[in-house]
Amino acid sequence: MLDAILSGLRLVATLDLRLWEIVGLSLAVSLSAVALATLVGLPLGAAIAVGRFPGRQAVIVVLNALMGLPPVVVGLFIYLLLSRAGPLGELGLLFTPQAMVIAQTVLVLPIIAALARQSVEDAWREYEEQLRSLGVEGVRGALTVLWDIRFSLLTAVLAGLGRASAEVGAVMIVGGNIDGVTRVMTTTIALETSKGDLPLALGLGMVLIAIVLALNAAAHLVKDAAQRRYG
Amino acid sequence: MGLAAAALAGFITVASTTSTEQSGLFKHLLPLFERNTGIQVRVVALGTGQALDMGKRGDADVVFVHAKALEEKFVTEGYGVRRFEVMYNDFVLVGPKSDPAKVGGGKDIVAALQKIKAAQAPFASRGDKSGTHFAELQLWTMAGIDIAKDKGPWYRDTGSGMGPTLNTASGMNAYALTDRGTWLSFKNRGELVIAVERDQRLFNQYGVILVNPAKHPHVKKAMGQAFVDWIVSPEGQAAIAGYKIGGEQLFFPNAKR
Amino acid sequence: MSAILPLRLEDVSYEAGGRAIIERVSLALEAGPSTIILGANGAGKSVLMRLMHGLLAPTSGRVAWSGEGARRRQAMVFQRPVMLRRSALANVTYALDVAGVVGAERERLARDALAEVGLGRLAQRPARVLSGGEQQRLALARAWALHPEVLFLDEPTANLDPGATREIETIIKAFDAAGTKIVMSTHSLGQARRLGDEVIFLHQGRVAERAPIDKFFPLPASPEAAAFVKGELPWA
Repeated sequence: MLDAILSGLRLVATLDLRLWEIVGLSLAVSLSAVALATLVGLPLGAAIAVGRFPGRQAVIVVLNALMGLPPVVVGLFIYLLLSRAGPLGELGLLFTPQAMVIAQTVLVLPIIAALARQSVEDAWREYEEQLRSLGVEGVRGALTVLWDIRFSLLTAVLAGLGRASAEVGAVMIVGGNIDGVTRVMTTTIALETSKGDLPLALGLGMVLIAIVLALNAAAHLVKDAAQRRYG
Repeated sequence: MGLAAAALAGFITVASTTSTEQSGLFKHLLPLFERNTGIQVRVVALGTGQALDMGKRGDADVVFVHAKALEEKFVTEGYGVRRFEVMYNDFVLVGPKSDPAKVGGGKDIVAALQKIKAAQAPFASRGDKSGTHFAELQLWTMAGIDIAKDKGPWYRDTGSGMGPTLNTASGMNAYALTDRGTWLSFKNRGELVIAVERDQRLFNQYGVILVNPAKHPHVKKAMGQAFVDWIVSPEGQAAIAGYKIGGEQLFFPNAKR
Repeated sequence: MSAILPLRLEDVSYEAGGRAIIERVSLALEAGPSTIILGANGAGKSVLMRLMHGLLAPTSGRVAWSGEGARRRQAMVFQRPVMLRRSALANVTYALDVAGVVGAERERLARDALAEVGLGRLAQRPARVLSGGEQQRLALARAWALHPEVLFLDEPTANLDPGATREIETIIKAFDAAGTKIVMSTHSLGQARRLGDEVIFLHQGRVAERAPIDKFFPLPASPEAAAFVKGELPWA
């Protein structure tokens, strides 16, 4: 086992442009998906947290449950949508990085929205009276709280990023794992594993983990600095 | 043809099988085609059934698989324009060095399968309705065995692709039927070696079909046809023959003139 | 623009969790005198303040202001100040922005308000790193900038040390001098005497007594209030 890990690292260290293309694509797809999901998910979560409407409890339960959407099911669903035989076939998006971004956004959106909803709801308890006293209502209140707790929302965003970088089911189905076009780290690892090239798969796996670790560390430093500055 | 094709730059989507992809053939072949025509080929590698399904949905421009009966049905049902034979490769039976069923070195696959069943030696099957899987089922039938009824715990249906099935076989020291291409590039052999090969019945024919633009108008007809034309042309056929792993040729071109 | 006072509570009750917290309170708050709401812990002071300010809706009865736009012409300071994660100045400009003040005017009013409470130097400091007393002063600055006609204060110095308490009381007196009606709850008798013109004594959700400050102290008329003043009822 140790052997495999070491030869994996060696392989990766000597690997060429192709590897960095794959890493680049993985980051581009996952970061784009997380960015989109954040743009939609944070306000959505805040709105549910602050709003009062019939069926609110049911919406919260469903949103939380959607965090557990199996990636391969999402992939299948998006595939059927984007396939030429499907409703959005005209767009010709199947087997492109764009399709992968769409699938991952769908996967990650509930995670960010549900976690944001919880954070905003907790914070709202602290802010509500004062904000209402100042005459702040509804949408403005939700956005004010959202912005105020922005650094603790980083955790929700990181959870989404973790999910996106780790999944293989969705991007495999909608991307097709096409060499040079839609091949990302996770699908490459899957491919190399099934070819029996375990050292390479392990090496790539470690690169993937290292990147995600680095992103998390950076976010942690940002949070820490903000905490000290803003209190 | 070179000049006319060069005017068509862009890409086509080819649906093929995982075993073909994993053999490394495309990495060798496609750059040659692209240099020749300027057309980029994007291969989506799935099981044979899925690849043909992709063709039926219009998500591919060309299908390139190895299941003759299914391919002919694909054309007669109107999903494909015409089937051209391209090349063949062969299957081999691999098994543990310890060879519990005593089939090693044989040239008769049917006899080997009978011995394996008699010895109840572990056997890993793809079980995924792929071309390889169908070939395996046919061989059991030829051996007079109704494998669906007569299988026991020694027969493992992995429901997965060639690579994962070999991984399982390697891990379990089981016999398995695999295409030579996947075997030659498979790096996790453990104690597996080739047990039986070169039986005529182990040969595996490939066909290439342009997806029918009448059914799917968006299909890239000209570029797809250029691919079909090239792969059966003398240059394409020579390129196929030129692909070797460890000095061994994997695919044998046999397009009809 | 007509005055929003007097504020009338007509037979107001408030129930929560099956319990009556405020029971059939009727009173009118007039412009002018600083009103102290006094009572033991659990008497219902906080709830009464919130009913008056509109943060809670009565279970029955009516809370009626006299003029239009009362919502915008009152402010409240809470026991624990709630600040946004921004600078002290930005917290005040936020409130002004919500109130519809635009442009340079916003910053000018905000700085004036900070100067009024002695926080001028700390304008750029992040609000949440200020001390408890400073944050409470900031809350008052935020209210000051809005020039409210009524200022509600719910036990504003309960968490502060004597020094900070004195600073807060000075600012409250400044509000009063500028014409803002003060309505403040407290359970400190000394504070009531220092700041109040009249006392409303709450006992178990009802108004047990209402009197001008010099009639209430040194000894109130009602037995409940008398017991409280004599220190026998720290908890209701």
